[in-house]
Amino acid sequence: MTSTATSLIRTTSPVQRRRRRGLGYKSFRTIALLVVALSFLAPVVWMLLASFKTNVDIYNSEAAFVFTPTLKNYDTVFQQADYIQYIWNSFFVAAVATALSLVLAVPAAYSMSRFVMKKSAVLVLLARVIPGVSLLVPWYFVFANMRIVGTYTPLVLSHMFVSLPLILYIMMSFFDSLPEELEEQAQVDGLTPIGAFWRITLPLSVPGIATASILSFIFSWNNFMFALVLSGASTKTLPVAIFDFVGYASIDWGGLMAAAVVVTIPIMIIALFTQKYIVSGLTAGATKG
Amino acid sequence: MLAAPAMAFVALLITFPLAWTLYLSLTDASGSIRSSHDFIGLENYAEILTDTDRFWPAVARTAIFTGGAMLVEMVLGMLIALLLWRPFRGQGFVRVIILLPLVATPVAVGMMWRLIFEPSIGFANQFLSWFGIPAQPWLAGEATALPTLIFVDIWQWTPMVVLILLAGLTSLSDEPDEAARVDGANAWQRFWYVTFPLVMPTFITAILLRGIDALKTFDILYATKGKGGGSFHEVETLNVYAYGLSFDYQKYGESSAVLIVFFMMIIGCIWILTIRKKKSAL
Repeated sequence: MTSTATSLIRTTSPVQRRRRRGLGYKSFRTIALLVVALSFLAPVVWMLLASFKTNVDIYNSEAAFVFTPTLKNYDTVFQQADYIQYIWNSFFVAAVATALSLVLAVPAAYSMSRFVMKKSAVLVLLARVIPGVSLLVPWYFVFANMRIVGTYTPLVLSHMFVSLPLILYIMMSFFDSLPEELEEQAQVDGLTPIGAFWRITLPLSVPGIATASILSFIFSWNNFMFALVLSGASTKTLPVAIFDFVGYASIDWGGLMAAAVVVTIPIMIIALFTQKYIVSGLTAGATKG
Repeated sequence: MLAAPAMAFVALLITFPLAWTLYLSLTDASGSIRSSHDFIGLENYAEILTDTDRFWPAVARTAIFTGGAMLVEMVLGMLIALLLWRPFRGQGFVRVIILLPLVATPVAVGMMWRLIFEPSIGFANQFLSWFGIPAQPWLAGEATALPTLIFVDIWQWTPMVVLILLAGLTSLSDEPDEAARVDGANAWQRFWYVTFPLVMPTFITAILLRGIDALKTFDILYATKGKGGGSFHEVETLNVYAYGLSFDYQKYGESSAVLIVFFMMIIGCIWILTIRKKKSAL
């Protein structure tokens, strides 16, 4: 009898098995997931709501969810402060830093992955470990002596410092997962090693490059500390510009929330459409242990 | 050879600043960055290592912040990863929501929570009042500010742990779990004796990645509490302290010494963790 029972359990399909877990677990899971989703979503929704409120409504708890929406805060952000310029600065710095880092990091990642250069990979890890401030002090000395603090150059260079190791890391684990036989075959067919990389490997790496570029762009867009020191009035990036709102005598909460929405929403929209790449990038190499 | 330009760039941007920081830490560099400075040996180190007013409290806060955030993030991250592990309807939707905090700009996140935790108008106290709990000072309170910011860090970075652990869980084969089920193990036993040991290397990777970033946290602390981590330095961690010393007080020599000590502490922690990881891999 018992042996029949055991074999019965063994032959049930995963679907049937899951069904047998019963309603108790299922409803527990649904509630738990709802709580999880709500905790991550609610603060963002709250910020979004506040950005459409007058400061009177923000101070009025009765108007928490029911209020007359206004675009006044967005008007403040775009009219009084030069947000179009800041958006451009953020975009420009993130895009140039990402592009330059890609050019340097993709071939480097390829050779590190293929010729197994573990020692040089340690240097990349070091770049992740060092606190940004310890780099910022020497950079500031050099850039200030060159009198280029406040131009785009130090911003792009410092942001490259974040993106280059990131891209190197993601691309290394991508190339590790790409079979070497393809290139060997191409070389048998008469291509040079560089030619094999250019004509075979690189086209196959497009998903990896997309992953690396998106993440690099996001991290660069979100970076605050480097721009706080190295940017000038006209090269200020969005995160630093938001911070200006707090400097005013009393905080204009509506304006501040509108500014926060302006910096966050573009990156969230990018994330929504590219979530597959973001997840694979963030977890690159993590499961190899 | 292909790696040369990138390596040169990274090396230049790391080794040069590190060497310079080390050098500055042995000088009395301060004031205008173009002013001259003298070599003073280990005086800066002596000063900070005996400074029980700002330095050691900052070390303690860094440890509390990192330890507290990491502990909760790992436990919560594991629970959420387990919830999301097996396929269900609406899985894609939940995953997208979990991604939101990760990509949100930390400064904006800081501002968002600043409004929510505002004692008189914030939603946090409004929420508590629904349950009859008295209002809390949150970020404004000397004792509550650090725990509140740990909470914000948990909100933003638990999803990172979830994603990493989920990747680890999905790469596991079903068989050990099945075998344990056949042997009559209950859900908890299957997790604790089968799944968790198998996912352990990924778990430690997540601790490493999260730990390094938590140690270096700057954006949210500086954005919510400003220079010096608030008027009582209540959230001043080593990073915020070093930043303030450099760019608010122009004490470059002293701040460099803080950074070198900080860096050595980080390397020490990683060293211990990697040893742990090698042992667990055996």
